[in-house]
Amino acid sequence: MENNNLNKINNGEVAVAQEDTRKRGFFTRIIDGFYNFMDKTYNKVIVYGILIAFVLTLPLWASNYILQVAWNAMFYMLLGLGCNIIVGFTGMIDLGFAAKFAVGAYTSGILVHTFGWNFWLTLPIVVLVGMLAAVLIGGPALRLRSDYLAIVTLGFGEIVRIVARNLEITGSASGLSGIKRPYIFGVQLTRIWMWYYLFIVLVIIFVIASNRVKDSRFGRGLAYVREDEDAARAMGVNVVKYKMWAFIVGTVMGAVAGAFYVMQMAAVSPNSFQFTQSSNILLSVVLGGMGKVPGVMAGAAFFSIFPEIFREIGEYRMLFFGIALVLVMIFRPQGLWPDRRRR
Amino acid sequence: MFSTGEIIIQQIVNGLILGCFYALISLGYTMVYGIVRLLNFAHGDIYMVGAFAGFFVFGALAAVTGTGWLSIILAMIAAMFLCGVLGFLIQRFAYRPLLDAPRLSLLITAIGVSLILQNAVMILTNGEFKFFNHSVNPRAGITFGNLTITWIQIVLLGITAILLISLTWFVTKTIWGKAMRAISMDRPTCRLMGINVNTIIGITFFIGSALAAVAGVMACVYYGNVHYFMGYIMGMKAFTAAVIGGIGSIPGAMLGGLLLGLLEAGGTQVLGSSWKDVFAFGILILMLIFKPTGLLGKTEVERM
Repeated sequence: MENNNLNKINNGEVAVAQEDTRKRGFFTRIIDGFYNFMDKTYNKVIVYGILIAFVLTLPLWASNYILQVAWNAMFYMLLGLGCNIIVGFTGMIDLGFAAKFAVGAYTSGILVHTFGWNFWLTLPIVVLVGMLAAVLIGGPALRLRSDYLAIVTLGFGEIVRIVARNLEITGSASGLSGIKRPYIFGVQLTRIWMWYYLFIVLVIIFVIASNRVKDSRFGRGLAYVREDEDAARAMGVNVVKYKMWAFIVGTVMGAVAGAFYVMQMAAVSPNSFQFTQSSNILLSVVLGGMGKVPGVMAGAAFFSIFPEIFREIGEYRMLFFGIALVLVMIFRPQGLWPDRRRR
Repeated sequence: MFSTGEIIIQQIVNGLILGCFYALISLGYTMVYGIVRLLNFAHGDIYMVGAFAGFFVFGALAAVTGTGWLSIILAMIAAMFLCGVLGFLIQRFAYRPLLDAPRLSLLITAIGVSLILQNAVMILTNGEFKFFNHSVNPRAGITFGNLTITWIQIVLLGITAILLISLTWFVTKTIWGKAMRAISMDRPTCRLMGINVNTIIGITFFIGSALAAVAGVMACVYYGNVHYFMGYIMGMKAFTAAVIGGIGSIPGAMLGGLLLGLLEAGGTQVLGSSWKDVFAFGILILMLIFKPTGLLGKTEVERM
């Protein structure tokens, strides 16, 4: 019993090797079936083809409401992918991811709204401010015990929100509104379908970036830190430096996503950055299977679309959600969509 | 008009009362953290459930024993028991299966439990503020010049003092307390030595939750209302208090709670109430930078 639990800890390969000797669960068989199905090139082309066609043609036949929901889902995917670098790849706990997207949103929002900058020129500033924020939060906390980081990010998340609510320049409690939307090739991005396509591009960029990080020397170092920090240190990985960079990359991704978010909404208010937001982002990473890029995207889509579908059950949905979370953690700690097993 | 000296004394009293709430709640955090290394996110919500339990028991008792101190004390005892059982059950069904899992899983479970408690209470109470109508005069008390220290404040301070002293006695003098301290040092060895680790962890959750319930009922009496979201910010600040005192250290949690209450009262007086929460978290972050082990915590090497 004890031994099995220990093996679950490295929820990747080790657990898989163990699991093979046991009876496979219903869920595992579905996922295995899916992977086997996708093994055939023919099937793969069809599935991806349908998916791509669906995503690309959505604006042609769907209502604005559906586009808005889809756009929102992609926004959460961006945040999830950013958070995934910190939580999924490196195994750090971040409970204040909303603050990171707030940093980007306010930086860009203030520069465009108050100082009349061109939105595209604010992006380098957003990246810089994101890096600065990451160093400020991470610098002291990354050297400490891992749950201290959780609490520092949480505290920082609250601080950012309260500061934004109290300062003049961030528009106090009502926030900024009536922000001028940016232009691409002389066309102002006013329609939701334009944003829909823009965000598809962003998601693709973020996915490529995530995969590049994951497969790099840096990414393998992060995986090592996540699986066994002491061993990583012993093998010469500079743990604090790796964690710091992962934290910076994740924060910058969140900040950039926030900058685009504020331009689409044309408004920003402190209430968008409550703890629920941070916990939703974290949960989409965890439920999607930590560190798996498609899993995180599925998790983010689920988290943003789920409340829309379950509007009827209204206030009960967060209750069910909490129950589901506890059950998933107890029975499927590796997330709903784990990596394929190694043979 | 109030003189500066009177304002300072008034703020010290306010700070002490606030500090009592923080101390009682942060004890639960620190005990649980010390024994299972879990940042129990649901603890703030247990405080909230305690407040509601007190509220409903008080409502039921009002017809029999009146709306005075007797009912308040009875409601407090009932809430302690109910929350203790709730804390035990949460530990039994949500945390125990994950004790040997990675800490992230445990933390996520705690967030899940927190969501469950918050939303269950929200549904049960329709998300309304409930007002706690006791008949104790909130203004009566001992008067010094312009200042009044109310009976409510005195009783709350007294109850907190009694609880803190009995907890210290329990942890340092009884066999269960000894077992708790041993488990926080080395769980596997305790198991080998024949200590029933699961029972002791259960007792820890029971005590921590019962203390949070006392704070909840006290908050009912002191502020006069309860709300399903009251636990979140309180839980965060109590955690801050636990970190200030040195997480895992019981006297540290008491000290940290009182200190945070005083600092917050002072900070609010100087900076204004809209910066109150920034102040508390700012202290937390400064503390982590300059003395991460807290005032009374021991240096500890983390084993992953």
